[in-house]
Amino acid sequence: MSALSPAIFAPRSGPLSRAVDWVIRHPRMFVFLMVLPISLWLGIVYIGALIALLIQSFFSIDEYSGLIVHEFTLKTYAELFRSYNLDIIIRTVSMAAAVTLAAAVIAFPIAYFAARYARGKWKALFYIGVMLPLWSSYLVKVYAWKLVLAKEGILNWLFAKLHLTWALEAALALPVVGGNSLSVSYLGTFIVFVYIWLPYMIIPVQASLERVPAPLLEAAADLGATPAQSFRMVLFPLAMPGIVAGSIFTFSLTLGDYIIPQIIGSSRLFIGQAVYTQQGTAGNIPLAAAFTVVPIVIMGLYLWGARKMGAFDAL
Amino acid sequence: MHSDTRAPLPLKLAAAGGLFFLLAPIALIFVYAFTTEEKSFQWPPPGFTLKWLGVTLNRPDVWEALFLSLRVAAISTVIALALGTLTAAAVARSRFFGRETISLLVILPIALPGIITGISLRSAFSLLEIPFSTWTIVLGHATFCIVIVYNNAVARFRRTSGALIDAAMDLGADGVQTFTLVILPNIATALLAGGMLAFALSFDEVIVTTFTAGQQTTLPIWMLEELVRPRQRPVTNVVAMAVVLVTVLPILAAYYLTRDGEHTAGAEK
Repeated sequence: MSALSPAIFAPRSGPLSRAVDWVIRHPRMFVFLMVLPISLWLGIVYIGALIALLIQSFFSIDEYSGLIVHEFTLKTYAELFRSYNLDIIIRTVSMAAAVTLAAAVIAFPIAYFAARYARGKWKALFYIGVMLPLWSSYLVKVYAWKLVLAKEGILNWLFAKLHLTWALEAALALPVVGGNSLSVSYLGTFIVFVYIWLPYMIIPVQASLERVPAPLLEAAADLGATPAQSFRMVLFPLAMPGIVAGSIFTFSLTLGDYIIPQIIGSSRLFIGQAVYTQQGTAGNIPLAAAFTVVPIVIMGLYLWGARKMGAFDAL
Repeated sequence: MHSDTRAPLPLKLAAAGGLFFLLAPIALIFVYAFTTEEKSFQWPPPGFTLKWLGVTLNRPDVWEALFLSLRVAAISTVIALALGTLTAAAVARSRFFGRETISLLVILPIALPGIITGISLRSAFSLLEIPFSTWTIVLGHATFCIVIVYNNAVARFRRTSGALIDAAMDLGADGVQTFTLVILPNIATALLAGGMLAFALSFDEVIVTTFTAGQQTTLPIWMLEELVRPRQRPVTNVVAMAVVLVTVLPILAAYYLTRDGEHTAGAEK
């Protein structure tokens, strides 16, 4: 029986092997062949589609016939500055900012505890505790919040049991953010956004905190800093790059989302919903395309600002 | 950052509260799947039953949506595995003109909001008059799944020593043998992990899918329709629980697969 395979393989002479060997001996050809499929795929499918979309934003729609006029114009972009559309943009950007801020505040203690104090089993628990909601189905998470925020749901029940219903009602009575119930108010939209994007903030903040040497904080304490001072002057600046990295996710994801405000929130539109209705029921592809340019521009400015602040150098 | 001092109580409370906030809503899904209440989301549930598991199992629309999702996820994962691995090998192992552009290009579909990917594909389909089919969904999914496989593979390629490949070649292995006997066993777990994450991502995707599916219903689109216009709450509860299980198990498996890899390589961050 010749079960033992030879230590040195005899060179093969099949056409496949010869072709492979030829390619390997020509490194430029080798690399070219390796990146060809991805370049074709992303170049044609993705970049091609993206450019086609951007071109459409320079077309306009005929107000009477509802047909797209294939002529270069900035009319569609001017439409973005009508008060109704401008409100949508302002509403979305302020929501994104509020969500980012809240996510940073909630994420910090979790990330700090996991980075500095958690060991063994606890470390694994924190890891799973962040990864599980991160990778669980997006829609199921939104659905879970529909269960939580429902009028007959667990949150109202909890508030009633704790005799705190008055506090909830006071919050819902607030102008702008309030509403009939949590599931149809900005407050509800805000909570769900924070929940869904929170893991994207925790992970980079934790990564930046893992790199802070513990003796640095001990040195700060030895030199007489109060915990508040050493947080403000040592820990927070060192965690900043992680917070900025996380904020890129929370900000960008909130800007583009159109499902959460549709399911939990008031009927007032966000950018994503505006894009969706414009391209769908309204059939106004040029305006939808112009609307998608808004998050691209905002994120471009955001990344540029983060770079100016040196956030990328510190990462 | 490690130190042996004890955590202050407020920090402990804030961290535990945060963890509770993250996990409690998911736990709630498992309770509601067994509630006897049909018309509302009443808490606490008036009673528990297994009835809705059976009802859901007999629903053809749920099964059709599930099979479409599985098919799309499988095809997208295969495409992503092929393209992602090739790209990762090229970027990790050689310097060439346009290398930076390629590594940026791969990340772009996941860095820009999904709605942008979705609407640009949709408008491209309508410009080219491509009818909606399983393949239009796959086209969108594979595009953002590539980056997942790429990230996993590129990290592994960087840690795998190039000398291994040289040694195999010196010992007389040809290109195909080097790939199947040396390279593939070295990157197999990274590909498995990347493939599972890509599968989970595709299985769950809804934002891009709403633009590329037309009249077809994947499981997430079925969920979305139920969320917007609830018709059968008990069935939705059960489906939600099943989806959590289907996405969570690959995540846990991927975690265990890559965790060992990171440790043996001694790649301390």
